[in-house]
Amino acid sequence: MSLTNDYIKQRLVEKFGEALTNLEESFGVLSFAAPAALNLKVMQFLYDDEELQFRFLTDLTAVHYPHQVDAELAVVYHLYNFREKVRLRFKVFVPVAAPQVFTATKLFESANWMERESYDFFGVDFVGHPNLKRILNVDEMTYFPMRKEFPLEDQSRIDKDDDMFGR
Amino acid sequence: MSEQQHIHLPQGSVEKQTTTLNLGPTHPATHGVFQNILEIDGERVMSAESTVGYIHRAFEKIAERRPYYQITPLTDRLNYCSSPINNMGWHLTVEKLLGIQTPKRVDYLRVIIMELARITDHLICNGVVGVDSGAFTGFLYLMQFRELAYEIYEEVCGSRLTTNIGRIGGFERNFTPVAFQKIEKFLAEYPKALTEFETLMTRNRIFVERTSGVGAISAERAMNYGFTGPNLRAAGVDYDVRVAHPYSSYEDFDFTIPVGSTGDCYDRYLVRNAEMWQSLSIIRQAMDKLKGLPEDVYHADVPAYYLPEKQDVYNKMEALIYHFKIIMGESDILPGELYNAVEGGNGELGFYLISDGGRSPYRLHFRRPCFIYYQAYPELVKGAMLSDAIICLSSLNLIAGELDA
Repeated sequence: MSLTNDYIKQRLVEKFGEALTNLEESFGVLSFAAPAALNLKVMQFLYDDEELQFRFLTDLTAVHYPHQVDAELAVVYHLYNFREKVRLRFKVFVPVAAPQVFTATKLFESANWMERESYDFFGVDFVGHPNLKRILNVDEMTYFPMRKEFPLEDQSRIDKDDDMFGR
Repeated sequence: MSEQQHIHLPQGSVEKQTTTLNLGPTHPATHGVFQNILEIDGERVMSAESTVGYIHRAFEKIAERRPYYQITPLTDRLNYCSSPINNMGWHLTVEKLLGIQTPKRVDYLRVIIMELARITDHLICNGVVGVDSGAFTGFLYLMQFRELAYEIYEEVCGSRLTTNIGRIGGFERNFTPVAFQKIEKFLAEYPKALTEFETLMTRNRIFVERTSGVGAISAERAMNYGFTGPNLRAAGVDYDVRVAHPYSSYEDFDFTIPVGSTGDCYDRYLVRNAEMWQSLSIIRQAMDKLKGLPEDVYHADVPAYYLPEKQDVYNKMEALIYHFKIIMGESDILPGELYNAVEGGNGELGFYLISDGGRSPYRLHFRRPCFIYYQAYPELVKGAMLSDAIICLSSLNLIAGELDA
């Protein structure tokens, strides 16, 4: 049996109905958006289902879309089915003012550090995470540097006296 | 020594039976900037807590301002033991986004370089496992051949460690006859050294007893922890991106995926060795396939994304325009969102790229294999001896640059 994106889509729609939005296929990968409250249910369904068997969390990260009001932060999950070699992506949007998302660590041990990284850089608050603290940045940091409100330094600035480093 | 010496133990030390040992971040046996706070009972590790991030360089943030062709040098510095694979992975991702089809010859040349990089990556890892278990000789035998591989990189792109090899659409220049001679030399000489290394290590009783059963993990746990690459295959899962989702014409090659069964350090060692033999066979096949292809093709015909020859820039209007557009980051990049993975030296190296059509990516995330599987380290070493914890650390093939991005 080969698992097609259409079939996965059909099963997801059967199970979750209207809750999942933006179901589309790009570069051969099915992607959709799920409500934040349903992220674990969707993952558990994809994990347990005998035919779908998405039992590998390839990647978990976050993206900041400052222009989407009340859905500024997205947590992106890439799941993988080893048997059928199928990849799937889904996003969960949360407002930046209340960035609560349920943790996936109960299902995948690998989510632990990836969620910590997403917290570290974007400030996504993973509810129920066993050890949600900064991972790559220093503990004293008070902001979330990968958000778009922190632009990189202007390369053409001239006020900086930095002869030692060739500027 | 006539008088009895009185040792004053600090308050509470008798009650506390375990010792806290700070292993790293600059310990000679950790081969990189890794810190682990170990709780040890005698010599037995009770728990470990890893601290990462000592060499974090914010690559994902920097990538949000750079034009696409300037991101390649950032990928060099992820897994610097096999940087050509990272470079190719990035080129392939952008090519997939832009829909660029590369000629077969480019694919095969890339395969040669990527497999060379895989060999250099594995030989360092296996050599270092040997060093940590007391066998320095094997490491020295193999290390000579990394030099040969680096000379090949040097011949192709001009640099050795952080290669920045290739361009979007192909290679920056054609392979010289000297490069092919060097590859042939490598193919002729490396098998002897690898055989010698295997004779020295594989059935060596000390080595087997130091590695076998150490840091073992079951296939289920390994998948749950997000293991990929040789570490996952050592646990018995035959997942290899080159086979599951072939890129760069890997489907044209005949090779097997070596798998282990126990997932311990010894199996990881065996899998890496077997993979080196497979890589040699792939390079041989690629060299044979190249013979039937036109010799002057080394990039795709995509003038809008591939830098023109410098000579043309001075003499031809179109070449000048494209040169300017590419350098200024004004190339037309399609909006889109994709995840593309390549089989890196130590696992699935993924690029999650979101393009909004601007000159730089809207968001670029690197799926760094060792960042994900390093979390399993406390579980792997729990209950093991301190010296086993060291071997386990080196046999996981952790690269600090990749871990911390």
